[in-house]
Amino acid sequence: MMHRFSRELTLAVTILLLMLALAVFAHGYFSAENMADLFLENMPVMIVALGMTLTILTGQIDISVGSIFAVSSVVAAVAARAGFSLLTSALVACCVGALCGALNGVLVAYVRVPSIVVTLATMVALRDALRWLTQGAWIGNLPDHFQWLGTSQRSFTLATLLLLVVLIAASALGLHNLRVGRAVYATGSNAAAAHRVGIDTSRVTLAVFTLTGILTGLAAMLNATRFNQVPSNSGLGLEMKVIAAVVVGGTAITGGSGSIAGTVLGVILLGSIGTALTFLGVSAYWEKAFEGAIILGALSLNVLASYRARHRKEALLAV
Amino acid sequence: MGTQIEDSKIVLSLADIQKSFAGVRALRGVSFELRAGEVHALIGENGAGKSTLAKVITGDLLPDSGTVEVFGNSIAENSPIVSRQLGIAAIYQQPSLFPDLTVSENIALALETGGGLRRVYWKARNQRAKALLERIGSKLDPWRLARTLSMAEQQIVEIAKALGTDARILLMDEPTAVLTEREAEHLFGLVRRLREDGVAIVYISHRLEEILASADRITVLRDGERIACRSASDVDRPELIQLMVGRSIGSVFPKRTVPIGDVALEVPGAFSVRRGEIFGLAGLVGSGRTELARTLFGLTPSGSTIEVNGRPVRIDSPAQAIREGLGYLPEDRRLHGVVLEMTIAENVSLASLATVSRHGLIDTTAEESLAARYVSDLRIKAPSVNVPVGTLSGGNQQKVALARWLVTTPRVMILDEPTQGVDVGSKAEIHELIVQLAEQGMAILLISSELPELLGMSDRIGVMRGGTLAGILNRDEATQESIMSLAFGHSTGAA
Repeated sequence: MMHRFSRELTLAVTILLLMLALAVFAHGYFSAENMADLFLENMPVMIVALGMTLTILTGQIDISVGSIFAVSSVVAAVAARAGFSLLTSALVACCVGALCGALNGVLVAYVRVPSIVVTLATMVALRDALRWLTQGAWIGNLPDHFQWLGTSQRSFTLATLLLLVVLIAASALGLHNLRVGRAVYATGSNAAAAHRVGIDTSRVTLAVFTLTGILTGLAAMLNATRFNQVPSNSGLGLEMKVIAAVVVGGTAITGGSGSIAGTVLGVILLGSIGTALTFLGVSAYWEKAFEGAIILGALSLNVLASYRARHRKEALLAV
Repeated sequence: MGTQIEDSKIVLSLADIQKSFAGVRALRGVSFELRAGEVHALIGENGAGKSTLAKVITGDLLPDSGTVEVFGNSIAENSPIVSRQLGIAAIYQQPSLFPDLTVSENIALALETGGGLRRVYWKARNQRAKALLERIGSKLDPWRLARTLSMAEQQIVEIAKALGTDARILLMDEPTAVLTEREAEHLFGLVRRLREDGVAIVYISHRLEEILASADRITVLRDGERIACRSASDVDRPELIQLMVGRSIGSVFPKRTVPIGDVALEVPGAFSVRRGEIFGLAGLVGSGRTELARTLFGLTPSGSTIEVNGRPVRIDSPAQAIREGLGYLPEDRRLHGVVLEMTIAENVSLASLATVSRHGLIDTTAEESLAARYVSDLRIKAPSVNVPVGTLSGGNQQKVALARWLVTTPRVMILDEPTQGVDVGSKAEIHELIVQLAEQGMAILLISSELPELLGMSDRIGVMRGGTLAGILNRDEATQESIMSLAFGHSTGAA
């Protein structure tokens, strides 16, 4: 039983050590202001990472989330400027995300193009279509109601925190206790066997891509309301942050094993390292190198832990 | 020919080889000798120790004790490299060529040594490939891509590769298992040719006919011991079977008479299976048994209609098959059966999550207690129901796969090679389970390549040949000979 949680455990320990160092050496890191900043900055990564966890668990990958993020936020802003209400704009953003995700999903699940190829193509295509349509211009002159939530900082932070908690809990519960959750794990670890027990693996694949799209649209909307302009190049590099967090969180890149808890920890670790290093007085030149070292350390710990678990298994088998 | 071989010199000699794996004794003091220009067959049931012995010869495994002598020299530290240098080569059941490389490249990769920066002489490569192929009487074009070759052609390239320029001892582990009959004939011609060239051949196979036809001597292994070593001209089929099995077939299977009920599965124009009946399905590899199972279960939908419990249905997907009351234990459990990363509990409930769910949520406590029940019923050896199935032994994995279907209580259960690669103890338990399922009124379609298993377990046996049902035998008329003659499509002159 133990080894099922060992990945999350090593990660939690790493985070705890980092926090401890911060508490001792970096005054002001745990100030409410800094915490809120950190949270808002990482909130989109967290939301998209929930979808990405499902995608990677299914044995697929989606590197187009950054572009979907940009498209969704621009479309939401345009919709708001055209007079739609905040809620409708949000719905539009999610729908755009869903459509892009579904396109990926259909190509992967039914046309059977490898997901890395499909999403690489949609990543480039969506991003460049957007650049062409907007001519690189940012979307300004947003109606007041679009920022009604975002500008009233405190309540926005609390509301999104609450929403995030609900989303995390729902994904974790869904993965663990819903039949579709089992279907995700089964499809990712052995698609042939899953098919033989009556799981429609193509539908599972389509569903996770679509869901990732919806979550990306939601993240884009929440992020867009925080500023008075929507950049047409938002979400650049988002896919890398998200995938790194999921993988650091212990989800196997080959699919079939991993957890939402791990992903949450992964986002927390990766999201806090950068600022933490600044607070700890690490030179800005070295920051990225330190960041990389910590990620490598966490991953190696993970691998070592699962290696030990495997050894225990073998010892068990030999009896 | 016999006397001539007895006079020729011993090229390989194993004495008193012992080998254990984690306490299980795979080889118990086996001795074996091979003479130049001889085809020496090695036979035995699954798990008798043939493959272990083969690996000792090739150096893939080191024996715990005993000696290996090649050309009179004792080999202390055998290894695949050492054995290769000594002129020992091996080919296996499944050709393993690089599909996107040419024939000559495939051969060159096995033979050329030297660093990665060495220049490649394409012309020399092709000439050597051609020469090697010609030596074994093949006119294959060295420029062809391996993926364009038939199974038999691939096997020929494997042999060319294995022989290289200097192999004097060739080990063949079930080389005909994936070949058609005609392809196999060609391979035998090749074996005879090599023998005349003075190559000594160790030939492992399940097909007794081909062994009796082409081997000079036959060594029988059973439970890791050498039971007999006979000249092929001195033994016949029944005697070999008797030696391999060590008991008369039939008595070891727990088959009991079960009242036969209504027709549960009807394949129009072919066969039907009744409740409580075990219908065996025999046939050579490639005769279409697994394809039939896949079609019945909706994995390769054919669009044709079958009858389940008297109701005509067209099954297009496994999900629908399960709803109609079918269950399917696939042939390769690691590839298609269990989900190795998932726990026992998760695997057991995978096909019937509705039964352990409440208000749409999976109740993990209910799930665990369900799994715990089957773990004790089926005597699955595991520390808890929460360990990943990948940590269990093959027999226990198979029982988990079986448990999954028992939960769904299918009316028709298709078992495709249920005891393949399973240890002897678990095998007997799985047989007992199959009988219990039949007693509960399940109709069972049992696919097996092991004739004793089919004969021991089935009420009736359907024999497939070339994708169609060649005939159905009742329990009292089914024998190894009658099955094989139907499978081969001609009378083999039953002894």
